[in-house]
Amino acid sequence: MTALEVRNLHKRYGPHVAVDDVSFTVEAGEIFGIIGPNGAGKTTTVESIAGLRTPDSGSISVLGLDPIKDRAEVRERLGVQLQESSFPDAITVAEALELYSSFYRNPADWRELMELLRLTEKRNTRYKALSGGQKQRLSIALALVGNPSVAILDELTTGLDPQARRDTWSLIERVRGTGVTILLVTHFMDEAERLSDRIAVIDGGRVAAVDTPAGLIAQSTAVQQVRFRVSRPLDESVLTELPDVTEVEITDGRWLVTGGGSLLTSVAGALARAQVVAEDLRIDQRNLDDAFVALTGRAAESPEPSESSID
Amino acid sequence: MRALSKMVKIETKLFLRDSATVTFGVLFPTGLLLGLGAIPTLRESSPETGGLRSIDVWAPTALVFGMVMIAVQHVPTVIATYRERGILRRLSTTPAHPRNVLLAQMIVAFASVVVAAALMIFLAWAVLDIAPPERPLEFVVAFVVGYAALLGLGMVTAAMARTSSAANQIGTVMFVALMFFGGAFLPRVLMPDVLREVGEFIPPGLQALTAAWSAEAGEITATAGGQAFWLQIAIMAGVAMITSAIAAKRFRWE
Repeated sequence: MTALEVRNLHKRYGPHVAVDDVSFTVEAGEIFGIIGPNGAGKTTTVESIAGLRTPDSGSISVLGLDPIKDRAEVRERLGVQLQESSFPDAITVAEALELYSSFYRNPADWRELMELLRLTEKRNTRYKALSGGQKQRLSIALALVGNPSVAILDELTTGLDPQARRDTWSLIERVRGTGVTILLVTHFMDEAERLSDRIAVIDGGRVAAVDTPAGLIAQSTAVQQVRFRVSRPLDESVLTELPDVTEVEITDGRWLVTGGGSLLTSVAGALARAQVVAEDLRIDQRNLDDAFVALTGRAAESPEPSESSID
Repeated sequence: MRALSKMVKIETKLFLRDSATVTFGVLFPTGLLLGLGAIPTLRESSPETGGLRSIDVWAPTALVFGMVMIAVQHVPTVIATYRERGILRRLSTTPAHPRNVLLAQMIVAFASVVVAAALMIFLAWAVLDIAPPERPLEFVVAFVVGYAALLGLGMVTAAMARTSSAANQIGTVMFVALMFFGGAFLPRVLMPDVLREVGEFIPPGLQALTAAWSAEAGEITATAGGQAFWLQIAIMAGVAMITSAIAAKRFRWE
């Protein structure tokens, strides 16, 4: 079942094209990541899905509903954690949860949610006095309090320390277990790689690629490299004649083998046949960062300060 | 309805936690009146004013102080803060319409001035022996309609100010202007007729409130060319309707 469908979304603010042509489909129960450099159109895309922006052209379907025309129904079933949203300074954690749960037809048990997000001991703390991580957890709890079928989490862990980020990730994995479809917008590659079933890379208002994290990495890494030392002298040709190997470089006894396909298996097999042990073996492990650079031509960078303040 | 009542409950708590507003909007008017009442000369009845004391004539001004403070300073600043900080935006992604936030604000603002007025009328009577409103029905009407007009002005600010500091500045200017016509700086008795008459068109309509509280005080502050009581009420109702319409039309959620 399709939870979310975006087709040829186009949105401009005056002369500035925020989203040129974005299409993707999210299946029910998936965690779908959206990554892209600053100003790529990620925030405008999710704001359009949330019904906060009216697309200039293209169509959006949330559980078969139109975010603008079927506004009321979409709001019942779509939970949102937005960048640049906040709560009154003096409201307590429990009050915010209780208030937000009163907005929905079939809300989740907010006490349970408070427990799940480890906020129970902060229940009577005012919003202003919460740490960054606690505010973020409250914001996630409020996105889930309506028992949504789909939740949008925009820049989930921006501003959190590494421990809080990892905690938040395991939390999202727990939420996934409840069957909620999640649209995760992030500029952290490790976050997208760890959490997403599939990822859309958005660049310049267009979708550069949609694939699983492993698929994206594989796409960008036609070239692999293996480094090692040999236990005893060995003729270069043992490796250069392998079909997967394109280049062998030896400097000060360190071998650097470049190739493609199943390079590591081929090299390991050839070395074993020659009865040579590879020492200090290293494989260049590619990750989503490399895939991202390959797809967009730039490094993933610091948080987007305010993509949505363009209007 | 459930969402609205929950919102009123929470907004009430938030209001009570805002100690500056509680102090200045709700408690200060009474304190001010009691403070002035402690000055002996203001408690002397003068034959020029038909035996009334200055404090009797001035009491409605103290009440207006709290009404103006909450309607044109507090409410617009809260709403502008909610807009500036994305609180309204976040609410607009839920099934609760942000309109309920405004409604909840107005309900809380109204309840707080009712409390302020009740407290003041009671203590003015108990401590300073200022008689409670002589014409209660007219007084309630003048109070409600006058407050609606004030709140309308406040909502125009709330609708248009993009930031809380802008709302606060506009609110302060309005506060000073309204309180000038409300006789906080210069008792209305001492104002030239033209200023007193202008005051009949300025929310919350102090002349109508004064006359409903005490007919004698009303006679002292009224001018020969002044409007009749119900005409003043109609003017305030008109101000309330026009300002609300402008606010509704110009309101920005983001």
